[in-house]
Amino acid sequence: MASVNIQSAAAAPGSNNMVRLGVVALLVLAIAAPFGLYPIFLMKALCFALFASAFNLLLGYGGLLSFGHAAFFGGAAYVTAHVVKVMGWPPELGLIAGTAFAAVLGLCFGWLAIRRQGIYFAMVTLALAQMLYFVALEAKFTHGEDGIQAVPRGKFLGLFDLSDTFTMYYFVLAIVVLAFWLIYRTVHSPFGQVLKAIRENEPRAISLGYRVDHYKLLAFTLSAGLAGLAGSTKALVFQLASLTDVDWRMSGQVVLMTLVGGVGTIFGPLVGAFILVTMENYLAQFGSWVTVIQGLIFVVCVLTFRKGVVGEIGELIRRAKGERQRGGGGGH
Amino acid sequence: MYVIPLLGIPPQVLFGQLLLGLINGAFYAMLSLGLAVIFGLLNIINFAHGALYMMGAFVAWLMLEYLGIGYWPALILSPLLVGAFGVLLEKAFLHRIYKLDHLYGLLLTFGMALIIEGLFRNYYGVSGQAYDAVPDLLKGGFNLGFMFLPIYRGWVVVASLIICFGTWFAIERTKLGSYLRAATENPKLVQAFGINVPRMITLTYGFGVALAAMAGVLAAPIYHVSPLMGSDIIIVVFAVVVIGGMGSIVGAVVSGFGLGLIEGMTKVFYPEASNTVIFVVMAIVLLVKPAGLFGKAA
Amino acid sequence: MRLQGISALLAATALASGFAMPASAETIKLGVLNDQSGVYTDLSGPGGVDAVRMAVEDAGGAINGNKIEIVSADHQNKPDIGTSIARQWYDQDHVDAIFDVPNSGVALAVQEVAREKHKIVIFSGPAASDLTGAKCSPVGVHWTYDTYGLAKGTGAAVTKSGGDSWFFLTADYAFGQALERDTAAVVTANGGKVLGEVRTPLASPDFSSFLLQAQASKAKIIGLANAGGDTITSIKQASEFGISSGGQKLAGLLVFLSDVNSLGLKTAQGLELTASFYWDLNDQTRAFSKRYFERNKKEPTMVQAGLYGAAKHYLEAVKSAGSTDADKVMAAMRANPVNDFMTKDGKVREDGKVVRDMYLFEVKKPEESKAPWDYYKLIRQIPAAEVTRPVEESACPLLKKG
Repeated sequence: MASVNIQSAAAAPGSNNMVRLGVVALLVLAIAAPFGLYPIFLMKALCFALFASAFNLLLGYGGLLSFGHAAFFGGAAYVTAHVVKVMGWPPELGLIAGTAFAAVLGLCFGWLAIRRQGIYFAMVTLALAQMLYFVALEAKFTHGEDGIQAVPRGKFLGLFDLSDTFTMYYFVLAIVVLAFWLIYRTVHSPFGQVLKAIRENEPRAISLGYRVDHYKLLAFTLSAGLAGLAGSTKALVFQLASLTDVDWRMSGQVVLMTLVGGVGTIFGPLVGAFILVTMENYLAQFGSWVTVIQGLIFVVCVLTFRKGVVGEIGELIRRAKGERQRGGGGGH
Repeated sequence: MYVIPLLGIPPQVLFGQLLLGLINGAFYAMLSLGLAVIFGLLNIINFAHGALYMMGAFVAWLMLEYLGIGYWPALILSPLLVGAFGVLLEKAFLHRIYKLDHLYGLLLTFGMALIIEGLFRNYYGVSGQAYDAVPDLLKGGFNLGFMFLPIYRGWVVVASLIICFGTWFAIERTKLGSYLRAATENPKLVQAFGINVPRMITLTYGFGVALAAMAGVLAAPIYHVSPLMGSDIIIVVFAVVVIGGMGSIVGAVVSGFGLGLIEGMTKVFYPEASNTVIFVVMAIVLLVKPAGLFGKAA
Repeated sequence: MRLQGISALLAATALASGFAMPASAETIKLGVLNDQSGVYTDLSGPGGVDAVRMAVEDAGGAINGNKIEIVSADHQNKPDIGTSIARQWYDQDHVDAIFDVPNSGVALAVQEVAREKHKIVIFSGPAASDLTGAKCSPVGVHWTYDTYGLAKGTGAAVTKSGGDSWFFLTADYAFGQALERDTAAVVTANGGKVLGEVRTPLASPDFSSFLLQAQASKAKIIGLANAGGDTITSIKQASEFGISSGGQKLAGLLVFLSDVNSLGLKTAQGLELTASFYWDLNDQTRAFSKRYFERNKKEPTMVQAGLYGAAKHYLEAVKSAGSTDADKVMAAMRANPVNDFMTKDGKVREDGKVVRDMYLFEVKKPEESKAPWDYYKLIRQIPAAEVTRPVEESACPLLKKG
């Protein structure tokens, strides 16, 4: 079985302007948002957006479906929570520690997992992540089912008091924007191009002389590190690191976010994360019907919306453009 | 097997645990068998398998509660009903996604699992229902000296072995089975021979689902019949299938029983790790044998 | 665990939109945060929300002309979801007090949020005695029961009546370990001994191998330091493996009415258990339960009954304080004695523990049960002093300064 082959909506040439416009609009929206929306909700969505984007880097551009990304997200959350709470580190060092831990973990997991492909790759990552889950459950410092609670947010660089919700929001926003920029640059760098080449046709990439495993491993580590950054940030936002973050369902959730939003698109994971987090927030009034509604949404998504929201919209725009051009041509 | 009484564990406890492991393995084997059949012939990773297993148990309970239908008829009727439901699912949804990546099958069936589980939870709560319909024949137990073996648990192992062997025989040794296998290799060619491949695939899915439901009925008297019983077990069963080699029937059965035993051993020496040991095994197996123990190399 | 968790739903029922209307200052808002889809649904869940609603209705739906509102949400037994709902409620939705919070892990996390926001939280569902011990809070109240009381009730009774050697099946997380710790202390204090324990992963589908180890230990009593589904499974499978016919006895350290209902009397008979409420205890409990039953088609568990009492006491305190300010209400709650259908002259102590009597029950045999839900017989009423952790043993700093 070859590597995972997902329908990804690769950005069409000429859509760069739109992307730029989208970025500016999003930034303005993000800066204004906490005045209208509940900031903690926004921060949660932002963290998940980053998590999903990190995951998308691997799946959408590298063609590797990891089913163990919760290990990086949750592992980093634990590390950050521990160093900040117990060892009294400032938040910026806490984030760096968490991210570094996730990256190193990613390097180890990746080194083992990239020898396998497709569903077996997914299963190796799942197995490794379950082992980390076990550590999180059993280790003393993680406090089992209770998690690490009451993690102080501290002061960023000793100056900005993050216990203020708005300061925290802009702190999170800055982190996420920076990380997005990094992802964007990675995708559009020669490295990203090689990754895509590997996804499309691995034997060909090998024959062209690329050391495929090195690229995959690097992508895996980068993705793990960014997922860790998301987890660390979440630990500070909610002042909590818990088993939910390392559970396999978290790995599943990030797959869903990415798919619902659109695999292999820059904005897809972001949209997907917002959709899912919003759903969690506002569907709750339907009580136990929530699972049924969510199940229905996934079924509908797979049957009709396979490219995800962003992917399908992109497709529509492209088609509309194509038709206009064709129509214009016919008039002469 | 030669067993050394390690760490002061008396041999009789060890035997007891191994036997219990075997019983759990019987369930893993039956469930992973269904998954393997579905994956082998449809190329779908059926995440809804756990939910359908739960449905099997629930249908048996419902039949007892509202229609007074006992254990033996339920053992046949519940798989038939749930299998028919599986056929509907296949007709309505699954057949649309065969040509797509595995991931979509996984997601679609995951969505179906959420719906089924949600509906049952809505109507029957989560504490679960007691299913007390064990026929007198299977009540009580033997004292084996090293442990007390409830007859029912022994029956589960026997039933599981019969089902597993029957399925293996049907697929590997009969004409129908050979059509099925051929259809997975080259559906067009088989279709050209005048065999209705889509219908065969539909029925196969129904059969795999019926296997899950039958495991559910067998489980009903032992475990609590609860809407959550399926999702508790599905991820472990996935691991079992992967270890055995996706799509391999022998692999599913052997690793089902084998992992039950390993889990049993773990419960003696390091009980906290008993939920994790399967994943350790999976990681090792996949790193050493990429396609699982009995899988064909990709 | 459940699939549904994949798409975890951070839930706030009342929140109609992110752009919340500023709540009118005159509204008194109660938030019921509990499990509405997982293992604790039947013992708290929607029934618990309804119990609070009953208390609000009985208070006339308003206090001094200020309307009382209820919001509720599902914490899914996850600390992160629980805390984010609690935060949102306190921060944005102007919830004055949060109720219930079954699951000790979530409760401890919500306790921290409440402490930080300085808003009231009243626990009915969770068990861990740490809520009023090392982790106590000036704005946290532990209403219905705790692991200390359970251990004192069941542990002491069973040990004294000859069950002097114990083996624990302990749910491998904070609550289970706390319950094992508290019970083991009581067992040794009463001259019994603990022969061993096995830590079982949460929500194990199969307890048979753990039970086998318990059997091999030859202990007279197998103590079940677990809750909900784990308790049900272990009791059920113990009967399957003939544990009780082998002369060993089970002691369920935390058993709810809903568990017994689910197990059936045939399996559960003979279990001894400690609770602060049973519907068929006296005329007052029957009167309340009759009303509750008409609305919910089930008899209330102690958690649900406790929620009614908690909401009633809170609302009375708001009335006598003439304010919803956390400090003033807490002062009034401490000053007023707790009196309702299940509590006689109870008291909210400085550490937040509600000092109340508990009851030791035995589950009836099937032939003793006259009607549906006729499950328990009373063995002994345990005075509050026996089941409440003495001030000098407490790790709570709030008790030290007083």
